[in-house]
Amino acid sequence: MSNSRERIFNSLRRGLGRGPEDAKAQAAVNARLSAMARNLVPQRAQLPHPQQVKLFIEKITALTVTVQRVASTAAVPDAVADYLVLHNLPTEIRMAPHDELRALPWQKRPLLQLSEGPGRATDLVSLTPAFAGIAETGTLMLHSGPQNPTTLHFTPDNHIVVLRASQISGSMEDAFAKLRAQVGGADHWPRTVNMVTGPSRTADIEGVPVLGAHGPRRLHVVLIEDVPQDAAQAQQP
Amino acid sequence: MSAHITSPAFKDNAKAALADPNLRKAMAIIAGPMAGRRVESASELPEFEALRDEAVKIKNHTLAHMDIYLERFEAAATARGAHVHWCRTPREARETVLALCRSRNARTVTKGKSMVTEEIGLNAFLEQHSIQPVETDLGEYIIQLAHEPPSHIIGPALHKTREQVAELFEEHHPDYAPNGIKPGPRSTEPQTLVSEARAVLRERYFQADVGITGANFLVAENGATMIVTNEGNGDLTQSLPKMHIVVTSIEKVIPTLEDVSTILRVLARSATGQEMSVYTTVSCGPKRPDDADGPEEMHIVLLDNGRSEMLGGELQELMRCIRCGACMNNCPVYQSVGGHAYGWVYPGPIGAALDPHLIGLEAAQHLPNASTFCGKCQEVCPMRIPLPKIMRHWREQAHDKRITPPMQRWGIEAWAWLAQRPALYRLATRIGMTALRAVAGSKGRLRSLPLADGWTAQRDFPAPQPGGSFMAQWKSGRRR
Repeated sequence: MSNSRERIFNSLRRGLGRGPEDAKAQAAVNARLSAMARNLVPQRAQLPHPQQVKLFIEKITALTVTVQRVASTAAVPDAVADYLVLHNLPTEIRMAPHDELRALPWQKRPLLQLSEGPGRATDLVSLTPAFAGIAETGTLMLHSGPQNPTTLHFTPDNHIVVLRASQISGSMEDAFAKLRAQVGGADHWPRTVNMVTGPSRTADIEGVPVLGAHGPRRLHVVLIEDVPQDAAQAQQP
Repeated sequence: MSAHITSPAFKDNAKAALADPNLRKAMAIIAGPMAGRRVESASELPEFEALRDEAVKIKNHTLAHMDIYLERFEAAATARGAHVHWCRTPREARETVLALCRSRNARTVTKGKSMVTEEIGLNAFLEQHSIQPVETDLGEYIIQLAHEPPSHIIGPALHKTREQVAELFEEHHPDYAPNGIKPGPRSTEPQTLVSEARAVLRERYFQADVGITGANFLVAENGATMIVTNEGNGDLTQSLPKMHIVVTSIEKVIPTLEDVSTILRVLARSATGQEMSVYTTVSCGPKRPDDADGPEEMHIVLLDNGRSEMLGGELQELMRCIRCGACMNNCPVYQSVGGHAYGWVYPGPIGAALDPHLIGLEAAQHLPNASTFCGKCQEVCPMRIPLPKIMRHWREQAHDKRITPPMQRWGIEAWAWLAQRPALYRLATRIGMTALRAVAGSKGRLRSLPLADGWTAQRDFPAPQPGGSFMAQWKSGRRR
């Protein structure tokens, strides 16, 4: 439909009263796309890091997300196993094939049955890493990749996310900036970036909020406190 | 053969809606909790009003450079491996989607919520061509079972009561038996009904050959499309099948992720009162070669349908709309008659302003009049769209193009003639008031009045009180 494309652009330019090669307009667009300047960012999203962590926990807890804080990666398998026991869940976990998760001391909990791969219709529990936490709204940022099947964020009833306190940032802008820096330009942008704010919900029947519409009914965060309190204090201005 | 239009029958639709007890119950939810949640969440963010101003600025800048941002979006999306299809009309968009589905020999397609697919009447078209569309958003699923159009842009089935939903489920999943046990009389608890829809739709996601979603934003920076949802159905729809088709419209383009971040801060708060919707997803091309999951193909179908003609004119500001639904949640007319009465895809104040352009003023002539001009829609619109001004524009157009009935036009012209002659106008109102008082007698009310049976059919018309007109009282210094 190349003809349609041309007609749409002609119509747009008629309305704007200028041609396609307008230098001033092109310059304005280039400037905005290269500056990637932030607009107004709320105060709440610009706190020092220790307060960001506190706000993040407050926000996700208010969304009915549960959080278990652990001192180091070594404690993650225990935290995961405890969660399964608490909710009377089977010991089968569908895990992202991610290096950091594989490196955890799973041998401490030999009864856990880990399998790796994308989400399946029957999975009850998934375990994935996170890319960032956003304190402003209690949002988790996760993305796709060879080690990150995104279906794991949606198919199971219970989604367990492993997050480090050092990955928590204030605003969405902070998290996007971090992702851009990590992937190194739009060419390497992942297929999918999921920003998850609480468990799946719907209010489509009489406006009554119900959890677990199609995605996870429960969301659980194992938070590794990798920023020592004194180091975090020192970061403060 | 876009979505079916009943807008010309707005008056009859509204009358029927007012007499429907189920609808009264549903509308109380919209006017109560739904409108209330927006106020709460907006008041919890001190910067909310300033963020609205920022959001307006972003969209105004984008619209002023819309052609260039669309080109940049297209180039970036193409570089990520997505295919962009430009469609001027609903027909072109439907045929593009059909051809894509056929290229995969698709028999079922799952669908995330998309108002643009409603606008182009996609479901009926696919069905005619032996492709089964399965709506997966709970509200859309319910109305698909009921063969009804959506009544609200973010809560398509809010006009249905829980009893009606339970009946539909009984009819359509008679064999539903969780854990192999067929339950007794079906529960009407929303929690139980949601679990049932979840279980039934779960298999469909995995069976589908193609997944169709809409888009809330098109990001020029990296060529991504974005969806904002609560249920997670859109994400399952776009990550499980081999092909992901995004059907959306050209005005969704936004420069950068920073700009998106700002607009997201006002979107969910205005829509449902959440700070963020549960799932905000950025999708960029098909799966990468080494990715563990994701679609092999991604197609973006961009519909114009007259939007490009809105640039540079009276309607340009409508393209700032982010489809949050705040205007309808807060509209006294919508709260009374519901979405179906408007008779086309976009109801409420945004529909009253937009539909005349999309389906023609002739068909939509009643919609700009379905307003008390209370201004609440403009007050709550996160993008500060001057909806009453645009409705007034359509009323003037209807008058100038002689679409309104002759009696009405002559009446307005006569009034305008009189109103431009203040002395004569005051004399006429004095005579009119005296006459009305005389006819009303001691009761001070009139049971019927020529040309005003729209009022007097329901209630008496109060006769003017002694003391003179407002103008006369003002002049005599009785100001309070």
